[in-house]
Amino acid sequence: MRPFFFGPTLLALGVAFASPAHAAEPNTILNVSYDVGRELFAAIDKQFSEDRKAKTGEEVTVNQSHAGTSKQARAILEGLEADVVTFNQELDVQILADKGQLVAQDWKSKFPNNASPFYSLPAFVVRAGNPKGVKNWDDLVRDDVKVVFPNPKTSGNARYTYLAAYAFALKTNNGDEAKADAFVKKLLANVPVFDTGGRGSTTTFVERGIGDVLVTFEAETAAVKKEYGADKVDVVVPPVSLLAEFPVAVVDKVVDRRGSRALATDYLNYLYSPKGQEIIASFNNRVADEAIMEANKDRFPAVELLTVDKVFGGWKKANEVHFASGGKLDQVFVGR
Amino acid sequence: MTSRQRPRVGDAPVTRALILGFAIAASALLIGGPLAVIFAEAFKPGVAAYLANLGQPDTLHAIGLTVATALLAVPINTAFGIAAAWSIAKFEFPGKSLLTALIELPFSVSPIVAGVAYLFVYGAQGWFGPWLQEHGIKVMFAYPAIVLASLFVTAPFVAREILPLMQAQGSQEEEAALTLGASGFRTLWSVTLPNVRWALLYGVMLTNARVMGEFGAVSVVSGNIRGVTNTLPLQIELLYQDYNSAGAFAAATVLAGIALLTIAAKIVVEKMDPDAARG
Repeated sequence: MRPFFFGPTLLALGVAFASPAHAAEPNTILNVSYDVGRELFAAIDKQFSEDRKAKTGEEVTVNQSHAGTSKQARAILEGLEADVVTFNQELDVQILADKGQLVAQDWKSKFPNNASPFYSLPAFVVRAGNPKGVKNWDDLVRDDVKVVFPNPKTSGNARYTYLAAYAFALKTNNGDEAKADAFVKKLLANVPVFDTGGRGSTTTFVERGIGDVLVTFEAETAAVKKEYGADKVDVVVPPVSLLAEFPVAVVDKVVDRRGSRALATDYLNYLYSPKGQEIIASFNNRVADEAIMEANKDRFPAVELLTVDKVFGGWKKANEVHFASGGKLDQVFVGR
Repeated sequence: MTSRQRPRVGDAPVTRALILGFAIAASALLIGGPLAVIFAEAFKPGVAAYLANLGQPDTLHAIGLTVATALLAVPINTAFGIAAAWSIAKFEFPGKSLLTALIELPFSVSPIVAGVAYLFVYGAQGWFGPWLQEHGIKVMFAYPAIVLASLFVTAPFVAREILPLMQAQGSQEEEAALTLGASGFRTLWSVTLPNVRWALLYGVMLTNARVMGEFGAVSVVSGNIRGVTNTLPLQIELLYQDYNSAGAFAAATVLAGIALLTIAAKIVVEKMDPDAARG
């Protein structure tokens, strides 16, 4: 009988390799972020590290994790060591404050503009030449128009779309809620496929060729046009839309444990610096810096922006009324 | 079987041609086609671009992390599989059928359940999470979590491959060795394991392929940190969603290559030892 040979070799190799792959370097912070912010933060992190090195000689690295923000918030609650969060809606930051006491309750006042270094709005991507003549939200409820956006149950992006449509309907019907309910019901009936996230819907619209209009953040509409070409798609920014803020926060419990508060705070402040704002605007997000907005005004047409605070009385209330189990969204979904 | 028995389905030439045609067409469409697409898409921009895509620091790190995971998970589950199959095949003990069922469990549980279950045990809000955090031990969202999730998912593979063979062979050879004065350990090493070595090798290859390819369970516990805790399958998804199809397909060729090697290994194993094919 031949001796048995490969087991011990593998075992020895395994033991030799048992060192952990992740080491918490003091010069490294982790930014846990929303799904479609990858290209933006890759560019910002690179510039931040370069500027930091030029100024202080210090080598710093910003690691990135991207996924749907509810999944990210959950992971942070379960121990993912995020030094900062950069999300696409405030509910998931608030959860970190409420459920885990990881973030200070007054996180919104720690950075300018409600702790949102930039903003965007739901806008439309249409087929090249806009054959259906889609201009505004009421075109999306026409019988001959099919609309694609993700499931509002799972996607922050889609929640903005839903609320934007609802706010538009309230505005055009003098605040008549029954009419607004009917409006979003009709809108949802025009959606042939609900993907779970923004990128999934983009793929459905462009690669599978489903639908006449894709509704997603203005920043993403520009990326879609750049990626797939002006001969395939056009971008339409409606005259009215909803302000989408992108809140940031230092995760206090983590930075205090790791001793990384200074670096984490500098990083978030960098998002508000002229250099940071310029990079953010180059990815088609709107920023507060007026000079930069003026220089890019051909890319950012004027829009009347409604806000969740004014129309819906804040995210907490909007969530209870529309998105919680048994809320308005459930009712119109069932009736669909 | 002799030809005088009643005909099987497919003994008639037309039916046989239809069944054969369906089997070939389905494998080509469902398996061969997509596999060919992976390689075609990966090499479409040219060999230099393919190598550059594979050489991206984040992708290289993902490959390294995946290999490191396999280097720890595969030996552990090999040892576990041998121990479990050995106990079940050669001994009678209370709870034997329970152990047999338990080993099979990961086959029937969705990997995401495994990931979530580990979170509830080791996560910051889980049973041991607060204690681990106090003592500065990182399990979740780091290398140990990826190994744990991989261990759960691949626990049955080795035992499943060697158990039927061990049971079929019975205990006579071991008893003979013991009668001749061999120690218990010597008997395991020189009699039992060599008897199942080809099935064992195949089980190890399967375990390895699955460890390297596992997505669901790892996705829950890894934290998806680019260049830090992204394994190869997670990196492929990330690249694909970054609109970087060429990069995603280049990374996918690594996993597809491992799968093809595993199949090749199975063919070799069956040639070397026809008995192993039954496992």
